[in-house]
Amino acid sequence: MSSITTREAPRGFSVQEYLTCLTGIVWREGLRFLHQRERFVSALVRPLVWLFIFAAGFRQVLGISIIPPYETYILYEVYIAPGLMAMIQLFNGMQSSLSMVYDREMGNMRTLLVSPLPRGFLLFCKLLAGTAVSLLQVYAFLLIAWFWDITPPPSGYLTVLPALILSGLMLGSLGMLISSGIKQLENFAGVMNFVIFPMFFASSALYPLWRVQEGSPYLYYLCEANPFTHAVELIRFALYGQINWISLAVVASCTIVFMIGAIWAYDPSRGLARRGPAGGEG
Amino acid sequence: MTSPAPIPDPREVPRPDPAAVPALSIDGVSHSYGSRRALIDVSFNVQPASFTALLGLNGAGKSTLFSLITRLFGIQTGRVGIFGHDVSKRPGEALRLLGVVFQPRTLDLDLSLTQNLLYHAALHGISRREAATRSAELLGRIGLSDRAGSKVRDLSGGQMRRLEIARALLHRPRLLLLDEPTVGLDVKARADIISQVRRLVTEQGIGVLWATHLFDEIMPSDDLVVLHQGQVLAQGPMSRVVTEAGAQDVNTAFMRLTGAQTMPGGGA
Repeated sequence: MSSITTREAPRGFSVQEYLTCLTGIVWREGLRFLHQRERFVSALVRPLVWLFIFAAGFRQVLGISIIPPYETYILYEVYIAPGLMAMIQLFNGMQSSLSMVYDREMGNMRTLLVSPLPRGFLLFCKLLAGTAVSLLQVYAFLLIAWFWDITPPPSGYLTVLPALILSGLMLGSLGMLISSGIKQLENFAGVMNFVIFPMFFASSALYPLWRVQEGSPYLYYLCEANPFTHAVELIRFALYGQINWISLAVVASCTIVFMIGAIWAYDPSRGLARRGPAGGEG
Repeated sequence: MTSPAPIPDPREVPRPDPAAVPALSIDGVSHSYGSRRALIDVSFNVQPASFTALLGLNGAGKSTLFSLITRLFGIQTGRVGIFGHDVSKRPGEALRLLGVVFQPRTLDLDLSLTQNLLYHAALHGISRREAATRSAELLGRIGLSDRAGSKVRDLSGGQMRRLEIARALLHRPRLLLLDEPTVGLDVKARADIISQVRRLVTEQGIGVLWATHLFDEIMPSDDLVVLHQGQVLAQGPMSRVVTEAGAQDVNTAFMRLTGAQTMPGGGA
């Protein structure tokens, strides 16, 4: 074959090519997840420990009055189930961003970023893939929880899906945004302490906010401002076939803001570029 | 050191048309990390169907240059073009024509050889069926067909490198960048990889930029770019660079140009 030296006209990318890329990234993320069985097990064990042990112990301490979307008195286990679903997604979002830091150190991230498709689209695919993995975890949790008498209406399993996708995207893009600012893997322990725990505890995941308000009004405002609270409430309402409009608005706008931030941070002329050479000497 | 696998007579190598669009053009590129200047006004071209060796010690700026060409970092000053497409302005068109093998390994160790190739193909928008055909063909060419379903983790270092080169060729690029691809390999694996890449130049007309600090990987017919402390000290056909430095071989020429006191590695 002789060398071709003419300048080619730009031809852009077809919808088919975008779709191939998207399915490829989701497929790869799924394969990696299946290969990391311990990750799946720990993703399940974590919320189940909360459900089986913590909730059982707290059942007597914390009385739950009838608050929307619940129509009767409920057990504490039933109350915290949506919070635990959101927790699964929170951990998953942070974990896939952890894997991005790891990938960047190990060079795997380069494979993704040298794809000719627009970088924003690649990161969005990565987010969708991470969200898909979190859905698998959440539904596995719901299955086990069903045997523990957490039985939302059957249609709830379907109506919760869009809420889970949105909250998964929000928490995933938050993780991605954070990962862009982390230079090394070791710094990730700090993220656990400064992001995951405060977000989880200062939310409505474990206790209804009216209870918090009785204790400390300031903490109440903090919880109200926490996007994670709204992810939990969005999931809680959706699980019972209802929409919490305020939570929907908060989660949707946070998703957009975090996603734009993450794509901005991964732009080669900004974010990454300011740092030193990744995974190789200068 | 053994010499690499035999290459065809230099007279048979198609010489590029000077008026043609270069496969890669680096034009006045500078780059700094904070106050440290990693590249200073670097300019050179890689022609289609040519083997260009980028020679420099560790820390000369080779990896930074690769990161700029592949758009991992934004370009601060200057311009990088791939077959005339500006990497900053038209990254999609430019990256489509580019295959790259980075110095650190970038394979998914827990996935099979085929799965790694299919993932890469998807990133380039190549349909599943087409990707499967190309993967099988490339695995055959690098002699790893029987390992297609094994995990990459079980391959040797040389086999992983061959797989990475095959992967870089999956989307049929016309420019191939390799960043010190033979580091850490034994003599046999090195020779295999070098001859594999040289065949791409002669048989398929691919332009190759091969970063190295090993002199014995360079042939007299190659184009040579000597990079030292972020600056291009010499460039042109290897024989001319050696003559102009008043040296007998590339090793001496390199030391004269850089003023290095000790031989940095590899012998000519």
